[in-house]
Parts: sequence; structure tokens; C-alpha cells
Amino acid sequence: MAARLDVRKTYKLYVGGKFPRSESGRSYEVTDAKGRFVANAAMASRKDARDAVLAARAAFAGWSGATAYNRGQVLYRVAEVMEGRHAQFAEEVARAEGLTAAKARAVVDAAIDRWVWYAGWTDKVAQVAGAANPVAGPYFNLSVPEPTGVVAVLAPQASSLLGLVSVVAPVVAGGSTCVVLASERRPLPAVVLGEVLATSDVPGGVVNLLTGVTAESAPWLASHEDVDALDLAGAAPLPGEDATVDWGALEAAAAATLTRVVRPAGSATSEEPAVEPDWTVLPDGPRRVLAFMETKTVWHPKGR
Amino acid sequence: MPTFEYAPAPESRAVVDLQPSYGLFIGGEFVDPVDGTSMKTVNPATEEVLSEVAVGGAADVDRAVKAARRAYERTWSRMPAAERGKYLFRIARILQERGRELAVLESLDNGKPIRESRDVDVPLAAAHFFYHAGWADKLAWAGLHGAALGPDGVPLPLGVAGQVIPWNFPLLMLAWKVAPALATGNTVVLKPAETTPLTALLFADICRQADLPPGVVNIVTGAGATGAALVGHPDVDKVAFTGSTAVGREIARTVAGSRKKLTLELGGKAANIVFDDAAIDETVEGIVDGIFFNQGHVCCAGSRLLVQETIAEEVVGRLQQRMAQLRVGDPLDKNTDVGAVNSAEQLQRITDLAAVGDAEGAQRWTAPCPLPENGFWFSPTLFTNVSPAHTIARDEIFGPVLSVMTFRTPSEAVTKANTTPYGLSAGIWTEKGSRILWMADRLRAGVVWANTFNRFDPTSPFGGYKESGYGREGGRHGLAAYVKEA
Repeated sequence: MAARLDVRKTYKLYVGGKFPRSESGRSYEVTDAKGRFVANAAMASRKDARDAVLAARAAFAGWSGATAYNRGQVLYRVAEVMEGRHAQFAEEVARAEGLTAAKARAVVDAAIDRWVWYAGWTDKVAQVAGAANPVAGPYFNLSVPEPTGVVAVLAPQASSLLGLVSVVAPVVAGGSTCVVLASERRPLPAVVLGEVLATSDVPGGVVNLLTGVTAESAPWLASHEDVDALDLAGAAPLPGEDATVDWGALEAAAAATLTRVVRPAGSATSEEPAVEPDWTVLPDGPRRVLAFMETKTVWHPKGR
Repeated sequence: MPTFEYAPAPESRAVVDLQPSYGLFIGGEFVDPVDGTSMKTVNPATEEVLSEVAVGGAADVDRAVKAARRAYERTWSRMPAAERGKYLFRIARILQERGRELAVLESLDNGKPIRESRDVDVPLAAAHFFYHAGWADKLAWAGLHGAALGPDGVPLPLGVAGQVIPWNFPLLMLAWKVAPALATGNTVVLKPAETTPLTALLFADICRQADLPPGVVNIVTGAGATGAALVGHPDVDKVAFTGSTAVGREIARTVAGSRKKLTLELGGKAANIVFDDAAIDETVEGIVDGIFFNQGHVCCAGSRLLVQETIAEEVVGRLQQRMAQLRVGDPLDKNTDVGAVNSAEQLQRITDLAAVGDAEGAQRWTAPCPLPENGFWFSPTLFTNVSPAHTIARDEIFGPVLSVMTFRTPSEAVTKANTTPYGLSAGIWTEKGSRILWMADRLRAGVVWANTFNRFDPTSPFGGYKESGYGREGGRHGLAAYVKEA
């Protein structure tokens, strides 16, 4: 008897809560760690990136206006739904990153726990970073962090799932929305994460995931006037490879609209290649959440 | 105008599976008490016996503390903090999943309206676990100044917490106590109130469903003697109590001279202060919510209404109009506003204090609400002609009784509001923001509500000044009560 032929999945973009192909009609071949063909992924265009920014902007009012408690519940729900797809993620990660099954499972464990970690920060970050300021006068004076807006995220190139979650979760935990360029060569775990987000009470448009060529899309996002912040984590190349992205140039492009920039780790200047950090290390507090928040200070007089 | 009557809208009891009797929850299982005594728990709305519940003696308390100590040393304090947090997230989720069951059981055992148990007690209890779950692995960032730190720089737990809670919010007070204790790495022995043990016993089943390691949470039911045995147990590192100021004083004496850490959340006699520019409709709703929420069995209830003289007559008139609309009766009816008084004993206390109000010359007005025949009931009541010296203006009644007084200036309002040994909460009603803040600076109370009342949130610290106790529960500040000092 002939073996059953499996039905293969089309890996698409995740924009505004939907799964479109690239409007450009382009795709590119994704291989496993040994170079064998796995699937064709959509190659996002400048128009796709702009559409994604529109979707993220449209989702911002609702997401930033939700209570921190509600956002925490939603992030925790993402962890719950990921847990149910644990095996699928482990398979994708093993294939993309060339890990053993056991190591891939550990990566998925850590990625799920990372959502839980940031779920817990949603309603605590204001308590840790906010302050009642004792100004020298009859005024009530309170500083609180508020989400910055739309964040463009270059997801890490090597750590296709744990690295991705480690940069996306803090953005949405703080109440911002984002457009994410997935790992260029290891994009498929990001697409599966999109499928989880679509079924986890995360409103459409809060997280938008683009697959494609980082060096092509990143400049459009860096210079986009409606992008408020830029995370350059994905500017670090895969280990042993040359950088395809000049993060200094992206930061300079972002300067036009004073877009906030989180620089990649591991190099003194952008002339040296950045180095991707070890994402299994637990984050050092809410630094990444606060990187995408503004401090608002409110004054109010006191008097009879 | 036609009058529309409400049809009965009772919530089904079928969702609750009551056992004829309950043992003590020690070391992860239900066990019989050593000396074998038990007590009945009653539905205060019908006087029907709901179940027989074990009365824990000193030997049972000792067994529970030992189980908590063992769990602390062998499991809970050694577990990675993130895993501890994940247990709390599980508990939060199960509280949400079994929310209706908990709400119905709470209303049956306590007498509070299902609208409140369903919309306030249970969701807040779940939220409390959710919030503290997140803290478990973030204590290093909580700014707990002066805490003893472990090798990883994380504040250390105390060990075993003995917790005694009241009957007015049985499940919610359990959550306020258990969630922060567990999040910070302590294990607990909890003594629920004598008259409302059932949701705590259901919580034991929730711990089982969450696979919480045995002994992390132990529940010893009983009365005052059980609580005293727990508080006095030499191997308890931390005592947390919510209840009356009288018992709080006794506990403070018991603990004196030991190294036990103590937090007390005690009585109150909150002033609810209404200025002449307040939005009158919202204010009247707020006053009603402030004193008649949960039959007035609320330590932070706005039991002293201070109204600016110029609008006193209007406010009292509108208040009476509104009170006449309150629906007193079956706690399980979804249209009920005011449920049953929790016990015959409490009903007697309310009745006696109201009689003192009459005797001292205050003017009583009772809402013309029909009351059921069986059970323990007290109609929403308002006293005017009250002076600050009257007993009903000074003593905590813990029932649906409001004492109305007047003032002329903001300073006079502050003086009158602060003329009490209590200092738990206060309310301010005015459209002038600067006045709210000016007043808030001067009120000697741990929680000040402005243009709202009786608001609670797990992120918001709660607790009193003066004889309303010390320590805070909830928020970043509440964590401090459960970590070791350096």
C-alpha cells in the first residue's frame, strides 16, 4: 500500500489578524539547517510593511486602552495555547535551528515561560517604574509609563522562536503594537506563532509578522513616519556569517522622526557586527518593556 | 405610571455539590480532627443547615503547621520562583473556571447577593491570584527595601504563615492572604471564619486540581479557639489577621515578644464626605454603595456620612428615596441588592447598636423594604440628628446602618472625619479636583476614595491607620508583609 501523501502548509504573512500572501506575489525558499527544502515563505514587500504599520496603528487604541490586567490575561492565554502546540513548535524549531529534539523542546518550554514572565509584567511595570513625585509646592505629581505606539521589530536571526518571543512579548506587554520582521532564514516558527496569536484573544493588528529579506524591509520601517520605536535585535547576523543589515544606518534613518531605537547587543559600534545574545537567559527585569514606553507626568493643584 | 414588578430570578443551586460534612485540609488531604468535634454552617437567608464542618483543636493546628513547615522546607522554598508563579496562575484560572460555583456557594454560606459574589468577590479573588502569580519571579524588582536577600539577590520568604480571616468576604479574604504568601515563597495555614468555611473548603479542592504540592496550603476550620491556637503556635513565622479591632489587639498581645511578623486589617468607621458641588445622583449611588454593599459587613464601609450643611436636606431626601428602592431578600436572586445578615449574633449586635442610636436621641429612618420571614435580616437604616459623640457615630456597627452628620467648611469635615480611633478608609465627593487632593492629604486613613467608594484591585494596597491595623495587603506594598527582614 502506498504511503499517504501529506498535505503541506502554505506559510503566509500575519497582518491585521489575517494571513495574506505578499501583495508582491513573491516567495522564497526556506531550507532546514542542513540546506534541504522545507517550504516557500512569503517575501514581504514595502507595501506589505506599510500595510502592517497601518494595521498596527489601527490596533493601538484598543490594545493600549485595555487594562493592564486584561493584557496580562491575553499574554497568559498565548502561553496556554502555545503549550497545546508544543510538539509542532518543537518540530519547527528543530528543523529551523538544527537542534536535537530534546533541545528544541527546551527552547519551546522557555518560549512559553517567557510569555508567562511578560504576562506578569503588564500590571507591575507602572508600579516599578512609576513614581509619586514630592514636588516643592501644593501639587499632586505622578509619573506613569505609557506605551509608545507602533514598534518595528527586527526579530533575532538565530533564535527563531525564543528570540522572537523575547522581543515581541515585552512590546505588547507594555501596550504597544508591533510590526515584526521574522528571522530571514528561519521564518517558519514565526508563522506558527502567528497562528497561535490569531487564536489567543490577541486582537488582530497588535502583532503583525512579516517574512522576507530583512535588509530589504528594515529601511522602510526605520524611516516610516508612523513607526514610533525600532528594535534592532535582528541586525545581528547568524553566527559565523556577515551582517546584511547596517544597524547604524537604520538608526540614522529613524532619527528623521526621532523614532526610539533599541540597539542590538554585542558590538562597540555598528562598524563591528552585532552579536545575538543568549535568549535562554532570563531577562534582567522589565528593561525591554520600558524601552517601548514613555513617561507621562501629571500635575494637579491641591487646595480647598 | 405603571409599576413593573420584578419576577423572581434565582440563580440555580445545582452548580454546587455540597458534602454533608467536611474534615480539615492538612497536607493535601481531608482529615478528621483529632478530638472529633464539629460545627454546623448555616444559610443565613433560610437558617437551613448547609453542612457539618470540623472544628480544629490545638493538636490539629499543630499538625497543619507541621505539614506547612515540611512543605516549605522540602518543596516550596526550593522550587524555582517561576514554577511557583505558574501554580498561582493555575489557581487563578481554576477560580475563573469554577467562578459560578464559588459565587453560589459564597452566597449560600454568607448571605451576600449573588450579584456581588458573582461580580465582585470571585473575579477579584481570581485577579488577586493572577496578579501575585506574576510577582513570584519578579520580587527582585519589587523594591522591598530592607528585605533579607538570598544568594541570587531575591528577597527571602518567612516560612509558615498563620492566617485568620473574617466572614464578610470569605473567598476574597482568603485570596488576599494566600496569594501574596505563596507568591513570596511561604506556605500557609488558613483559618476561615466560623460561619463561612465552605468556599475555603472548595478552595482546597481547587488546590488539588492545580496539583499544588501537599502542605503548601492547609485549611483548618473552627472558631476563636482554633484561631488563637494558630496565632500562638511557636512554629508560625508570620501572622496575618483580618477581623475586629478587639481580636486584633489580643493577637498583637499574643505575638508581642516573639519574632513573628504581624499584619492586622481591622475595623473602621469611614467618613464619606459630601460637598455641596458634588454630582448629586452619582453621590447618592456612591453613598448607598458605600454603606449597603454587602449588607454593610465591610470594614471600610462609609458608615459616617458627612454632608455639607447647605445640601444636607436634599441629600437625605434623595437617599431615602433611593433606599426605598433597594431590594432586600433572597441572596441567590439576581435582582437582590441587599442580602441576609451573616449570623444571628451579628443581627443582634446591629439591632442593639441601632437601639442605642434611638436611646441617645438620633432619629431613625428605616427603608420600607419587605423582609423574608426566615433568616437574619436588617432593613437598610439611616440615622439623622447624629452627633460625633453618639455611639452610632463612634462604634463600628458592621451592618446596613448609616449615621448622617453635617459640616460647614472643608477643615471642619477633616476634623470630624479624623475624630475616630479608626483610620481605614474615607470618601470625598466634590467636582473640585484640588479639594479632593487637599482633603486626601489631611484624612488619616489608609485608603481614600474620591467620587467613588468601595473600589478594590489587586494592584492597589489596602490597609489602615491607627486602630484599623497595620501593614498593607495588595499591590507592591503588600508583598513586604511576607518577606524576611535583613
